[in-house]
Amino acid sequence: MREAVVEGIGFWGSGLPDWDAACAWARAGVQPAQVPARPAPMLLAANERRRAPATVAVALEAALAACEAAGREAAELPSVFTSTHGEMSISDYMCTTLASDPRAVSPTRFHNSVHNAAAGYWTIGTGAHVPATAISAGRASFAQGLVEAMAQLAAGSEAVLLVAYDGPACGPLGEVATPCAGLPTLRMALEPCAGTDAADDAGPLSRRLAGNAMQPALPLLEALALERTQVLLPASPDLALRIDIGHG
Amino acid sequence: MTAASPPRLLPLNILAHSATTALGAGLDAQRQALAHGRSGLRRNDFGADPLDCWIGRVDGVEEVALPPALAGLECRNNALAWLALQQDGLLDAVAAVVARHGARRVAVVMGTSTSAIGATEEAYARLHTDSAGVAHFPPELQRPRIHTPHALGDFVRAATGLRGPCVTVATACSSSAKVFAQAARLIHAGFADAALVGGVDTLCGSVLFGFHSLQLVATAPCQPFDARRSGLSLGEAGGYAVLERAGAGPETALQLSGYGESSDAHHMSAPHPQGLGARLAMQQALHSAGLEPAQLGYLNLHGTSTPANDGIEATAVAALFPPSLHASSTKGWTGHTLGAAGIVESVFALLALSDGLLPGTLNSTVPDPACGPQIRFDNARADIRHAMNNSFGFGGNNCSLVFGKVG
Repeated sequence: MREAVVEGIGFWGSGLPDWDAACAWARAGVQPAQVPARPAPMLLAANERRRAPATVAVALEAALAACEAAGREAAELPSVFTSTHGEMSISDYMCTTLASDPRAVSPTRFHNSVHNAAAGYWTIGTGAHVPATAISAGRASFAQGLVEAMAQLAAGSEAVLLVAYDGPACGPLGEVATPCAGLPTLRMALEPCAGTDAADDAGPLSRRLAGNAMQPALPLLEALALERTQVLLPASPDLALRIDIGHG
Repeated sequence: MTAASPPRLLPLNILAHSATTALGAGLDAQRQALAHGRSGLRRNDFGADPLDCWIGRVDGVEEVALPPALAGLECRNNALAWLALQQDGLLDAVAAVVARHGARRVAVVMGTSTSAIGATEEAYARLHTDSAGVAHFPPELQRPRIHTPHALGDFVRAATGLRGPCVTVATACSSSAKVFAQAARLIHAGFADAALVGGVDTLCGSVLFGFHSLQLVATAPCQPFDARRSGLSLGEAGGYAVLERAGAGPETALQLSGYGESSDAHHMSAPHPQGLGARLAMQQALHSAGLEPAQLGYLNLHGTSTPANDGIEATAVAALFPPSLHASSTKGWTGHTLGAAGIVESVFALLALSDGLLPGTLNSTVPDPACGPQIRFDNARADIRHAMNNSFGFGGNNCSLVFGKVG
């Protein structure tokens, strides 16, 4: 059993541009009017705010809000970036271009195609020389990100930034992508599961953002917003991550 | 007496290790080619319209047949993952840690840059357009488990029956170095007792034409640290190591004794001009292993043969290590195997420890002016105790590992 404190939460989802909006939606079903289609994170240079892949913009916006909520200096936090698919529009672009005119591949889109693009832009934007990692684990991407963040704390890090993100499925690839879909204390342990699936009991955020591949992260956020005390997240086909939440 | 104390982060025992590259399948093929200076690079013969360059292609990948239990997971990357898994007693070592700890206590941590994107590229080259004008994957490639970054970790889990935490690390060219660090943390935190780590990346259009678009691919075989170098040669490879908490099983001669990770915070595809991230990773790896720079016997460099990387890395090495260090890049043998470079070059560092064979830098003869006396072009033989591997990736993502020989 490992224990950690959630010092700050940042959030961005379509129509719900921050954690306050997500809480209001989860608790009362209200949502803000007039929300931009994608965030414009101040960490990116002005010319990159519109050009950067959408998942990079979402990840950086939520990450910076989490650091601000925690009162932590972003440049000092080791980070774990987790995503089921990364930026699918770039994979779609690369594969489409390779099939038609491979010598026309854009160098910028190629370097943005790496799974650690968001982590790279984050460290560049914040000036962080501390470690950053980028992982993927299918439906268990969020739970495995939490496990790695907890393991980094156990290895001596004072605080860790966990960033989980996915964008809309797109292109022919989107059709075959896996279904997209006080301070609280988290105590977590991996345990065997027999078909446990948090998505079976979809809460308000899960229903609202259904279809996004990072949906398995939302039950924990709902539990935090609604002050529930336990949540089970899929951590592999055989394991569930049981999180007991103490609400300070 | 020690039962109550938490497990130490390091060292971790290495029960088995192996690499499969353009030099052949398994340790002995690597050993022979390194000793005899035989490169695995060939003229590019990959794909329908090959670029004018040299590649490190693995022979026999096309002939790999997966067992029926893995039906539906076929693709070039998984075929190479399977081929590499059959070598050097890896599966025996996996069986041994499963017998000691149970399959749920053995993690799978795999690194890759592009995973099975080659299969996705193939699907896009053969899209079926329906009567409404919408394009779909051909039926035989409508297999979600291969069109995702986690395809590699998922495949290795299926191929081994391991049931612990399973994750794919994708930090470009540092991916399969960082798997050692993540596995060490998972074991230390109590989420697992042992881990199968590794990395697999296969040649595909994305990387060949992508690196070409950045003007980083040489038309001749790569020449790391040579003043005349003009770019990299791409390669493919797969490799693994079986790691176990020290004291939980038999003593091993080889151990993971340190790791260091850092970020350049500079540019997505160009290294920090003063090599800051590289220096931080190497310093932290030494610190975590409890070593002074002079104690290191061999350093396998990232050494991609791009104009930018090698000069900066050589400068960082010269600032940190004494002239007595033997440091080299082995990419003239294998090409740059991207997300598999971490495991391949860790295996070369382990061969330096076990065999006393310190590789030089194949194809290179005229040192770059930035090279200090540490950068060696010729093979040497020495009995050494500690070896390091550097792996640096796009996004300024750096990892250095230290391995040790016990006894």
